[in-house]
Amino acid sequence: MSEPILVLEDVSRNFGGILALSEISFSLKEGEIVALIGPNGAGKTTLVNAITGVHPASSGRIRFLGVDVTGQRPFQAARRGLARTFQIVQPFPQMTVLENVAAGALFGGAHANMHDAMATAREKLEFTGLAQFADRSASALTLAGRKRLELAKSLAMKPKILMLDEVNAGLNASEIDGALALIRRIADQGVTIFIIEHLMKVVLSLAQRVLVLHHGSLIADGNPTDIVNDPRVIEAYLGEKFARRIKESAGNV
Amino acid sequence: MSQATRYVLFAIWVAALAATPLWADNYTVRLAIIIAMYSALALSWNFIGGFVGYPSFSTAAFFGLGCYAGALTQKAGLPMVGAWVFATLFVGAFAAVLGVIILRLRGHYFAIASFAIVEVVRLVISSWGDLTGGGDGLNVPLVTGGPDAVAQTFLAVMIVIMLTVFAVTVFVDRNRLGFGLRCIKQNENAADMVGVDTTRYKVIAYTLSAMFCGTVGAAYASWTGYIDPSDSFSVLMTVKVPVMCLLGGAGTVFGPIVGTTAFLLLEEFFWARFLEYNRAILGAVIVILIFFLPGGLLRISYRDMVKRLTGRVSQGAAP
Repeated sequence: MSEPILVLEDVSRNFGGILALSEISFSLKEGEIVALIGPNGAGKTTLVNAITGVHPASSGRIRFLGVDVTGQRPFQAARRGLARTFQIVQPFPQMTVLENVAAGALFGGAHANMHDAMATAREKLEFTGLAQFADRSASALTLAGRKRLELAKSLAMKPKILMLDEVNAGLNASEIDGALALIRRIADQGVTIFIIEHLMKVVLSLAQRVLVLHHGSLIADGNPTDIVNDPRVIEAYLGEKFARRIKESAGNV
Repeated sequence: MSQATRYVLFAIWVAALAATPLWADNYTVRLAIIIAMYSALALSWNFIGGFVGYPSFSTAAFFGLGCYAGALTQKAGLPMVGAWVFATLFVGAFAAVLGVIILRLRGHYFAIASFAIVEVVRLVISSWGDLTGGGDGLNVPLVTGGPDAVAQTFLAVMIVIMLTVFAVTVFVDRNRLGFGLRCIKQNENAADMVGVDTTRYKVIAYTLSAMFCGTVGAAYASWTGYIDPSDSFSVLMTVKVPVMCLLGGAGTVFGPIVGTTAFLLLEEFFWARFLEYNRAILGAVIVILIFFLPGGLLRISYRDMVKRLTGRVSQGAAP
């Protein structure tokens, strides 16, 4: 394994008197697929917000490719190659699907002109299977389509790390399979993936490493099999019954 | 209507405005100057209000500051055109500094803050009597020549300013700046996330929306030869200009010009016919227009409308 691409050292974030993240430390290696799980309100999205500068860390340090990026602004994160998708999709509703992706290419992907940005955008639409919707308005897409659009937009920014905030929430089983295949293809291109996910099926089939967040603290960091056996994780998040079921189904495979 | 047709119509319109001294009386020439002047103001507002969708009510502050910056430097001995350029840069710099502060606000809060600036600047100007003459106003060195010559000169000046702002609008519209501003309008958080430096883009748009108001103000001061705080910082202007832009179609290249023309011609029409109630009638007309045409006059599909009307007629004719 190569050098870590992203390093967090004792990152905390408070909102007034509420400590949302408490001294989080971990690192991501290049090309890794890491999942972040934890109960609602554990601080998963806040952690992504801290990394991308939406709500910068109150203390601690974040280094990306050896550079200190603790106080960066979101647009700087985007230009550096730290792309993210939102749990609640954020399209530009009155633009076409193509223009949405071109925005990512033009501003985040450092393209010099509109023409190049459009070319990249078409390529990414092809890759994500949205090519036939290129000229539709973004608001006309289904939820699954809009989630794909978020992915295409992020990919157009030439990310080094892609942070996916519940890209599978609200999708049906076949749509999830499609999204999983897509995420694997993105990872195959060497993009480091940091995925927030509630569906254990997705986490177990995709992630090489799992981080567990509970009440703003990191309570576990390890490979998926260890995580489902960790009593603290079972107590905080999985539940006795569910953990047993996962172990049984894992035994069958 | 294709974009090329729109450019041709616009060229004809500019030529018609420019030719008013040849065929019309001084009153019409004055109206043409006012149309060109307000077109420049509406095009300016379009940068922040149309492209970015931030409801700015600062127009009168920028216009008024332009009046005083131009008048004072002209009195201090700067040649007239030099004073206009100074006013442009001064107001642009003022807006850039101000923008960094107030563009943190969004929506209604931004609207209120931008409106407050008009009052603050007006109070400062009227209280600073030593420099600005306070409520007594300020005399500006008069342009030499008869009324006809003066009107022709300022008609040309206002048209040149209008065309300059129009050219900048076309440039911004086609450039990445315009694309970024539209991203901010539709979803500011998403724009930030795809790498648009939203603060810088908004400040640029706000500055663009201000600097040409400064030019117009300075030219207006030279034209009328006298300015005072209540005329320069008129609340009516700060509301009228956004209405003109919205009437034509905010965020489009031609919308501000169509809207300004429609507004001023309507105003003229009601002024001439209903001396007492003209403002009330005009207000009602604006409310109705904006209520039924939220996208502005340019968004109507006139072809569909004709089709629907003729369709109805032929249906009605059938037994």
